[in-house]
Amino acid sequence: MVEITDLYKSFGKNKVLNGINLNINKGGIFAVLGPNGSGKTTIIKSILGMVIPDSGSIKVFETSVKKNSEYRHKIDYLPQIANFPSNLKVSELIKMIKDLRGQTNADQDLIKTFKIEPFLNKKLGTLSGGTKQKVNIVLTFMFDSPIIILDEPTTGLDPISLIRLKELIHAERAKGKTILITSHIMSFVEEVADEIVFILEGKIYFKGSISELKNKTQEQDFEHAIANILTENHA
Amino acid sequence: MLKILKYSFFDLMRSSWSYVYFAFYLLLGIVLLFLNNDLSKAVITLMNVIIVLVPLIGTVFGVMYYYNSKEFTELLLAQPLKRSSIFLGQYLGVAISLSMSLILGLGLPFIAYGLFKSSAIWDFSLLLITGVFLTFIFCALAFNIALSNENKIKGFGYAILMWLFLAIIYDGLFLMSLILFEDYPLDKLSLVGTMLNPIDLSRTLILLKLDISALLGYTGAVFKQFFGTSFGLIISFLMLSIWVILPVLRIVFKSRKKDF
Repeated sequence: MVEITDLYKSFGKNKVLNGINLNINKGGIFAVLGPNGSGKTTIIKSILGMVIPDSGSIKVFETSVKKNSEYRHKIDYLPQIANFPSNLKVSELIKMIKDLRGQTNADQDLIKTFKIEPFLNKKLGTLSGGTKQKVNIVLTFMFDSPIIILDEPTTGLDPISLIRLKELIHAERAKGKTILITSHIMSFVEEVADEIVFILEGKIYFKGSISELKNKTQEQDFEHAIANILTENHA
Repeated sequence: MLKILKYSFFDLMRSSWSYVYFAFYLLLGIVLLFLNNDLSKAVITLMNVIIVLVPLIGTVFGVMYYYNSKEFTELLLAQPLKRSSIFLGQYLGVAISLSMSLILGLGLPFIAYGLFKSSAIWDFSLLLITGVFLTFIFCALAFNIALSNENKIKGFGYAILMWLFLAIIYDGLFLMSLILFEDYPLDKLSLVGTMLNPIDLSRTLILLKLDISALLGYTGAVFKQFFGTSFGLIISFLMLSIWVILPVLRIVFKSRKKDF
């Protein structure tokens, strides 16, 4: 479904991606991990066509993402920092995105699940970070696309919403969707992810299941296994 | 693109700045008409204001809107939309809402004063048309500058500098070159020099239409020969259109290659 070959990208002198090869051809939850600045968000933004790679190719459902915008109908994206136009109301934003992407009724359920009815008529600029993130989640999950990309989905969420989010992610996986997640909360990753893609210095360092990672690093604990990779490579 | 245009337009129409801009022109129109008590004189005074102020406001608004709507843009970029339609939609949203404020703000007092019964209607229309052209030109230039500069302060600085250059410094340089080369025939050169600056071009166009070209002396006669004819008028509007089209093309081109 997503096929990345030899992806290179640098911002000025800073080489962020150094030949990424990644092939995801089945459903499931894939966690993209790596230290800060390792290029996680850059990969995600390249898939979405927001960052233009220096070289290499990205294919989504066999079509190249280059100079193409239609393929994004198949991707739901939750951006890292929920920045919205501040003088729009929540309901207007939802209406606008529907107008741009197509009609759906799933937003009603999501609004109820995340309890944002009281905020529907408030302007986005006045919302708290957590509430903005909930709106963000509603906007992402209201379309039924085969690929879902979540960039730091847990930011600012309260425990109840976090549980709801996990339920939502599991429900989407059950439908056979491909879900890409980046997160720094290791317990969250361990709970939801089927496979780990570990990125280090712009390259894929490890790809496989959590148990494989534990075996490779000979650590019992997932968090320590990740820490192990980092210290081995930076010590 | 039309959807983006719609949202940008309504977004701006709701922001208080559009109303401030509208109210400013409304006030300006009313005050000028009161002070001059004469439509055609008011039109001349208005020209001086429009020629300098419209580009400035177009520039400032263009840059401000681009930087302020960065979040909106990023939201849109992840949607199945073409980049060119996102940026052109936003550009047109700004340019059209500014033009609306200009046309309504100035139009209402003049209509109330009896514009339609007056002979100044053509001069006034020309004034509004060049005003709209200048809005489109300077918004497009401002978008270009903002697209090329991630840093807001830098972008803002360059944009103001660009306005300063075209509105004031260019004239100074132009004048100096005329003095420096006064021994040579300069009518062609000054004609070209005027064409290359949209503000100068608009000013000359209006001045000559207003039939006060005598103020311009000998050059005025040459200019009158050129701009006064329909050929000159067509060329001038063509030049103004090119001033819109080139920066717009660069918006499309530049936005295609940018990372967000």
